[in-house]
Amino acid sequence: MIELLNNLLFDYTIRTVALGAATLGLVSGALGTFAVLRRQSLLGDAMSHAALPGVVIAFMLTGSKAPLVLIVGAALAGWLGTLCLINIVRYTRIKEDSALGLILSVFFGLGLMLLTFLQRSPDARQAGLDNFLFGQAATLLERDVVTMAIVGGLALLVLALLWKEFKLLSFDRNYGSSLGFPMQVLDVLLMSLFVIAIVIGLQAVGVILMSAMLVAPAAAARQWTDRLSIMVLLAAFFGAVSGVAGALISSLGRNLSTGPVVVLCISAIVLVSLLLAPNRGLIWTWIRRVRNRRRLRLKPVLRDLYALTNQHDNPYYPHHIDALRTTTGGGGVRWTLTVLEELGWVQRINQNHWALTPDGLSEAKRLTTGDVMRET
Amino acid sequence: MTYTYAIEVEDLTLAYEEKPVLWDIDLHVPEGILMAIMGPNGAGKTTLIKSILGLLTPAAGTVRIYGRPYREQRHLVAYVPQRGSVDWDFPTSVLDVVMMGRYGSLGWLRRPGLKERELALEALNKVDMSHLAHRQISQLSGGQQQRTFLARALVQDARVYFMDEPFQGVDATTERAIVDLLKELRAQGKTVVAVHHDLQTVPEYFDWVTLINVHRIASGPVVEVFTEDNLRLAYGGRVGFLTHSGDDGRER
Repeated sequence: MIELLNNLLFDYTIRTVALGAATLGLVSGALGTFAVLRRQSLLGDAMSHAALPGVVIAFMLTGSKAPLVLIVGAALAGWLGTLCLINIVRYTRIKEDSALGLILSVFFGLGLMLLTFLQRSPDARQAGLDNFLFGQAATLLERDVVTMAIVGGLALLVLALLWKEFKLLSFDRNYGSSLGFPMQVLDVLLMSLFVIAIVIGLQAVGVILMSAMLVAPAAAARQWTDRLSIMVLLAAFFGAVSGVAGALISSLGRNLSTGPVVVLCISAIVLVSLLLAPNRGLIWTWIRRVRNRRRLRLKPVLRDLYALTNQHDNPYYPHHIDALRTTTGGGGVRWTLTVLEELGWVQRINQNHWALTPDGLSEAKRLTTGDVMRET
Repeated sequence: MTYTYAIEVEDLTLAYEEKPVLWDIDLHVPEGILMAIMGPNGAGKTTLIKSILGLLTPAAGTVRIYGRPYREQRHLVAYVPQRGSVDWDFPTSVLDVVMMGRYGSLGWLRRPGLKERELALEALNKVDMSHLAHRQISQLSGGQQQRTFLARALVQDARVYFMDEPFQGVDATTERAIVDLLKELRAQGKTVVAVHHDLQTVPEYFDWVTLINVHRIASGPVVEVFTEDNLRLAYGGRVGFLTHSGDDGRER
C-alpha cells in the first residue's frame, strides 16, 4: 500500500497513468450526470462503440498514432453515429432503442473489420490500436494526458458556463423553449460534450466499456444527494477515484486491460451506494419498510387483545401471547406488545401473559367502532 | 397600446404525417379574460397551445401577442406545461424550479442571484408554498407540483398565461386556490388560456371558452358559446353522457 502510494507520487509512468485516469473519470463522471438524468444512458454506449471505426480510419489516413489525431477521428465517428441516430428516429418509424442497437452494431462491426484487416497487413505501426477495444492505461504518455486534460477541461468549462441552460434542458425542455432558449442547439451541444467525455477515455478504458464511465458514477452519486450541483461533483469524484484505482491495479499486472478493472472499481462504488446510501439505499428502504409494517401491526394486535378480553367479564383479563400469535399471525407480536406497553396501552402480567390497560381499552374501543363506521 | 386582442391566431394548421391535428384555427382573445380550451381527447388542445408557443412547428398560420409576432413578444408570455411532462425525481428543490421562471429575462450565462431568489419566494408565497421552498421536488404531492409550476410562471411576470390542464389530478383545496389565483391575475388585467376538462366548472371558473375538435367549433363568452349544440358538435354523441351524468369528464 505504502509502496503503491510511493509509486503514485514518484514513479513517472504510474503518475502519468493515474493522472490520465483521474482526468477521464472526472470529465465523464461530471458530464455523465446529465446523460443519466436525461435518460440517455444508452446513447453513451452507442457513441463509444461508434468511435472505433473513427480511430482506425484516422490511423489509416494519417499513419499517425498521435492521441489528438485518433481522438479527432473517434469524435467525428461518434458524432456521425449520434447524428445518424437522431435522424433515424426522426425520419423513420424505427424507435430509439432499435436505432441505438443499429448504430452500435453497424459502426462497431465496421471498426472491428477494419482493425482485423489492419492487423493482417505487414505494416507494423498499427500495433497497439487494438488497445482501443479494452483500453490500456499503461500506454498513456504525458502528451496524451495533457491532451486529455485540455480537451476535458474545455468540456467542463462549457458545462460550467451553460449550467443553467443545461439544467433547463434536462428538467423541462419545452418550458425552456417557451422562454426563448434554442433547445435544439443546446441538445446538440450537450451531446457533443458527451462525445468528448467518451473519446478522451477511449485509449485508457476502451470503446466497449467506456460508456460505463459515463453512467455508473452518476448512478452512484444520485443515491447520495438530491442536489444537481452536488451530484455532478460526487459523480466526478467517483469517476476519478475509480479511474485511478483501476489504472493502478491494472498497471501492476502484466497485460491486464484497464477498462474491465476500472469498470469493476466503479461497479463496487455503485453497489455500495445502492445498498448503503441514506434514504435511497436499499438497506435504508428495507429498514423503513419493516418499521412501517410494525407500526401498522400495533392496531391489529391491540384489537385482537380487546376481542379476546370480550369473551371474559373482566376487560383486563390477561392472555397468553400464543393466543395473539394465532389471531394476528406471524412473528413480531412480542415486539409489537412491547411498543404497546411503552404507549401505556397494555401491561405485561408475567413472562407470556399480557392485559389491556384502561387507556388501551378506550383506544381499542375507539379503533373498533371506527372500523365499524368505515365498513358500513 | 390600444390593442383589443391579447392573442390573435390566424389560420393555424398542423399535421402529423399528413394527418391534420389542427385545421385552420382562428382565435381572437381579448385582454383580461380567463379562457378555457375544451374538446374531447385527441382534439388537439395541447397541440394548439404548443403550436401557439412555437414548441411545435405548424404547417401554416400566424400568432400575434398584443399585435406583434409571438417571437418578438415572448417576454409577455408564460407557460405552465402539464405536470406529468417532467421527471419529478430530478435532483432539485422547489425554489430552484421556480427560479427557472427568471432564466428567460436573465438571458445567457448569467446565474440567478438574490433578486431572483426573492422573486421566487414571493411567487411561492402567492401559491401558499413558501414553507416548502427547500423541499426536494420528488416529495411533492400532485397539487404541490402544480402550484410549483404556477409559481414558476408567476415569476415570469407575464401578461398572457398559457396553462395545460392546471386542474388535472389536484385536490379540491388546490383547485380552489388555483381558481382564486386565476381571478387575481384577471383583476390585474392579465389574460389566461387554460386547457380544461371539467364541463361542470366552466361557467364558474372561466369567462370565455373555445371548443375545438381539430377544427375550431366555437369561441367566445361562456354565456354565448357554452351551449349544448356547440358541445354536441365538439364532443359528438358523448355529450349527453358528459352533461347529465355528473361525470366531470376528467382524465385520471
